[in-house]
Amino acid sequence: MEASANANAKLEGRRIVLTAKQMRQVSDKFVKIALLPAIGIIIFLILWQASANSIVTSLGQFPGPSQVWEQSKSLINEHNNERNKEIAFQERQQKRNAEKLAKNPDTKIKIRKYTGKATFIDQIFTSLYTVGFGFLVASIIAIPLGIVCGLSDTAYRCINPIIQTFKPISPLAWLPLVTMVVSALYVSDDPMFDKAFLTSAFTVALCCIWPTVVNTIVGVGSIDRDLINVSRVLQLSSFVHIKTIVIPSSIPHIFTGLRLSLATGWMVLIAAEMLAQNPGLGKFIWDEFQNGSSNSLGRIMVAVLVIGFIGFILDSLMLQLQKYMSWDKQATLR
Amino acid sequence: MASLKKIKPRTIISKWISSLCIVAFTCSAVAEIGEPEKDELKFGFIKLTDMAPIAVAYEKGYFEDEGLYVTIEAQANWKVLLDGVIDGKLDGAHMLAGQPLAATIGYGTKAHIVTPFSMDLNGNAITVSNDVWAEMKKNIPHKNGKPVHPIKADALKPVVESFRDAGKPFKMGMVFPVSTHNYELRYWLAAGDIHPGFYAPHKGDTSGTIDAQALLSVTPPPQMPSTLEAGTINGYCVGEPWNQQAVFKGIGVPVVTDYEIWKNNPEKVFGMTKEFTEKYPNTTVRIVKAMLRAAKWLDENDNANRPEAVEILSRSEYVGADYEVIANSMTGTFEYEKGDKRSVPDFNVFFRYFATHPYYSDAVWYLTQMRRWGQISEPKTDDWYFDVAKSVYRPDIYMIAAKELIKEGHMSATDFPPMEGETGFRKPQKHFIDDIVYDGSKPNAYLEKFPIGLKAEVL
Repeated sequence: MEASANANAKLEGRRIVLTAKQMRQVSDKFVKIALLPAIGIIIFLILWQASANSIVTSLGQFPGPSQVWEQSKSLINEHNNERNKEIAFQERQQKRNAEKLAKNPDTKIKIRKYTGKATFIDQIFTSLYTVGFGFLVASIIAIPLGIVCGLSDTAYRCINPIIQTFKPISPLAWLPLVTMVVSALYVSDDPMFDKAFLTSAFTVALCCIWPTVVNTIVGVGSIDRDLINVSRVLQLSSFVHIKTIVIPSSIPHIFTGLRLSLATGWMVLIAAEMLAQNPGLGKFIWDEFQNGSSNSLGRIMVAVLVIGFIGFILDSLMLQLQKYMSWDKQATLR
Repeated sequence: MASLKKIKPRTIISKWISSLCIVAFTCSAVAEIGEPEKDELKFGFIKLTDMAPIAVAYEKGYFEDEGLYVTIEAQANWKVLLDGVIDGKLDGAHMLAGQPLAATIGYGTKAHIVTPFSMDLNGNAITVSNDVWAEMKKNIPHKNGKPVHPIKADALKPVVESFRDAGKPFKMGMVFPVSTHNYELRYWLAAGDIHPGFYAPHKGDTSGTIDAQALLSVTPPPQMPSTLEAGTINGYCVGEPWNQQAVFKGIGVPVVTDYEIWKNNPEKVFGMTKEFTEKYPNTTVRIVKAMLRAAKWLDENDNANRPEAVEILSRSEYVGADYEVIANSMTGTFEYEKGDKRSVPDFNVFFRYFATHPYYSDAVWYLTQMRRWGQISEPKTDDWYFDVAKSVYRPDIYMIAAKELIKEGHMSATDFPPMEGETGFRKPQKHFIDDIVYDGSKPNAYLEKFPIGLKAEVL
């Protein structure tokens, strides 16, 4: 959908720029930054509303922008209501605990978390937290692995077939195995993490590793010969060599890998949550689909847009981080 | 109490022991139930209106009154739900009556699951696609322009035959191999002389389609309407609101409710592992107490609370279907063909007619159907049926909870079957669609009465 919006923006852009040559000097920047994207979005919304009106499913009409707006308001309302219920729940709990203490002063009092449902907003944060954890685990493994393989041809030749075999595996193929392994190995009476959380996070991690590894290898392999020679002349220790030469020069590649990984991870996570019924946006969508109420399609559409928007934000954040980390401030990054 | 009767004291010591037992038993019944051993619990359910007692016990604060902090979580399908209970992810769940029995005898995943609480009576229906209905309708007698109910499968038989003549399979959906729906659908089909097929697990055949004229397969309840719409199946048997959903969507027509197949048939139960009930006896009794109060609330004053219950169920975290769809069956009516809305006050029963009591005879009926269709591959003695029923259904726990509630003033003794002389078997039940009488105390004799179905033979 984003792609078609972009295409629209491009087409539209050409026409305007041609017909309004004199405007260009004054407001070239304004057009580029605000007007073109706005036109793209407006055209997209019109097309969306028009096509939504002509699609009728057994659950009612396909949701257009207006229904989506309604549903997002109702989802936020639901979230606020749930928070009020939570306050009432905690008050009741405190009262009950006080009664217990009055009856028997030695009773051990435990404060329990709210037992109500997770709202849409809660699910967003669950998903973000899960993808963040999975991505972090993957990066911690992938970057060092990539550096080792990039530096040593022997290591590269040993590991490359494994990387190539594992890279194209669909995350969902891993899911049953990850689920069983987590259930079997993560046994504790008072677990720090939920099993469902770990399952989703590891599935994400398994898919996040490969783009980063591959790009890091490429990055490390394409370091300027001059820099390597400098390092040799100065007889830098391997630690200093990696710290001052290898990492800084391969940063652009590493970040390309990380951005690809994060984008993959985000897509994988939604699918994994849907399939494994693990908490998060994927489960939200699946639950709504199962509910089959007249609001369901609208709510699913809200979730779909939020997923896209979050993916976009995550990518921009990574881009900013890359700009900040990169030593070559002149390079155009997009 | 039943076990006490069996003891025939011969020596002074055994007399002494038995009197001690009686003292212990009465003491435990009188003594107040202690604090729950485990108070943070997670219960699973499938999106169906008959999960209502769990939702109501939560929303009305009955769980909290018992000091229980319960989280309720929808499950993807019956298998996931059962596995969740077995491996401890869930502490208890809304289950198909056949599930605890099948798990205990080892059909499917083996685990000792027990049930101290029966959740409801009736609540299912059989829906066929619009095309099948159009053909079926020609064979149904009409009165005042409307089809005469109950509709028997005899009306479907010519349709199934025309499918077979055209070389097409006639396919129907049910929700789980040991589900009430599977047995009800089979019962209805077989009563109309349509063979629904046998299972032969000892030969590795668990598809249940040996000799079948109608092919039955599994589809999770909420997906039934969309599967029917896609044309993958020609009809299905499922709980509410998924039959009314078909009417609202205009994709199918419910032809018969399970109330008409077997009046006041037991439907869902609340299942827990035996281990859980032994490790946390106070928690178990408190769960049953909360659910009993919820069930009573649901049926109180002639279903007066049903509209409120429907509002609760229509929330997205519970059943989540539209209010009107759920209300259609929960408030004493049922819509067959679009516009043909009839009064069925007992379509969903949660408390009346001692609906919550876990009767052994209900368990035995499910076991007889498992045998009838070959899921139990070899013939069993009557005693085997009774033993299994008694190891799974736990009226003893139920009665402790009932006594507590009477003592606390939440319920009266008339809400429960008379406690003295209760055998756990209902009187012989009539009101089946084929007029065969069911006597739970004679399972093998019952099996002999069916023209279609396994008796002493092994496939």
